[in-house]
Amino acid sequence: MQTIKEDRSNQYINPYFGGVLLGLLLLITIFITGRGLGASGAVKSTVVATVERVAPAYAQDHGYLKKFISDDQHPMNNWLVFETVGIFIGAFLSGLFAGRVKKFRVEHSPKISVKTRIIFATLGGMLFGFGSQFGRGCTSGAALSGTATFATAGLLSMAMIFGGGYLFAYFFRKLWI
Amino acid sequence: MGPLIANGYIDPAWNNVIALLVGIAFGYILEASGFSSSRKLAGVFYGYDFVVLRVFMTAVMVAMIGLIYFSYMGWIDLGEIFILPTFMTSIIVGGIIMGLGFVLGGYCPGTSFTGVAIGKLDAVFFTGGLYLGIFIFSMIFPWVEKIYYGGEQGPVTVMETFGISRGLFAFLFVIATLMAFFVASIVKKKVKNIEL
Repeated sequence: MQTIKEDRSNQYINPYFGGVLLGLLLLITIFITGRGLGASGAVKSTVVATVERVAPAYAQDHGYLKKFISDDQHPMNNWLVFETVGIFIGAFLSGLFAGRVKKFRVEHSPKISVKTRIIFATLGGMLFGFGSQFGRGCTSGAALSGTATFATAGLLSMAMIFGGGYLFAYFFRKLWI
Repeated sequence: MGPLIANGYIDPAWNNVIALLVGIAFGYILEASGFSSSRKLAGVFYGYDFVVLRVFMTAVMVAMIGLIYFSYMGWIDLGEIFILPTFMTSIIVGGIIMGLGFVLGGYCPGTSFTGVAIGKLDAVFFTGGLYLGIFIFSMIFPWVEKIYYGGEQGPVTVMETFGISRGLFAFLFVIATLMAFFVASIVKKKVKNIEL
């Protein structure tokens, strides 16, 4: 007997169902902790922790970094860092069940090279990280959690991130379509 | 009674355990919805895939209405939850930079982590970029400090900004979102499909 192994790697859950699950998770998180979800905060903590490790005096005196350094707690002992460790575990499990966990590869439009994709992915990450500090959070912490908690900053952040995306999309269409 | 930790229903010692569990669910939902694929995410900007719009806006609606319901039932005191402070200038500048980063990189921070988790090398570079970007921001902070603190209004809510009730805002938000879903479904039909 022959078993046909179906490729499910392109099958995702219904987006509205995913949205309801994400919304319920956000609601429960706010109900328990009083705050929403986040992502960029964990990378910021990593930056703070590494600079403090390499140059402690410099970090403690630094106008920006010192805001996130306290005497009684290591910068990595932070809610968002633990949450982000969870993100990796959860995403890995989902990918594993759906057959999407494979060895390292680069996803890119057939019209651009691997090298181009890597360069723009790095640049995009740098800009997103840089901008998230001004925004005091990224798509998760500011736009999603902020808007859901009725914060003006959240609504504005959502409008600016997606609005900014549409503003520049035309100029970089070759990367995607 | 809620938020549970602040009001002593759950010991703060559980904080990091809760964080880890919330993160696992968060990562699982993002990945299962297709957010580990930069090409699916970028589709929202070109009209060939609206998964971002659908998941994101549905989540905001559910959480928003849920909070109103929880508050109505007396389960949560919305005066005790964290409200992101508004710094007008800073958010506008930061948001537009993040938008540019989104279009160039195809990911946002949370989604890039899910890409890393299933082995996308471009997501690894995006995440590395995040670290560099935040590091550069810290280094040049004295030069951008004015923008960072620009337009400070404190933790204001949309009710204060627009002078409308929480319920009315949520209602208008739902109407706008449903209209966006409708427009997206029309655009999707007109735009050439892309083989992902």
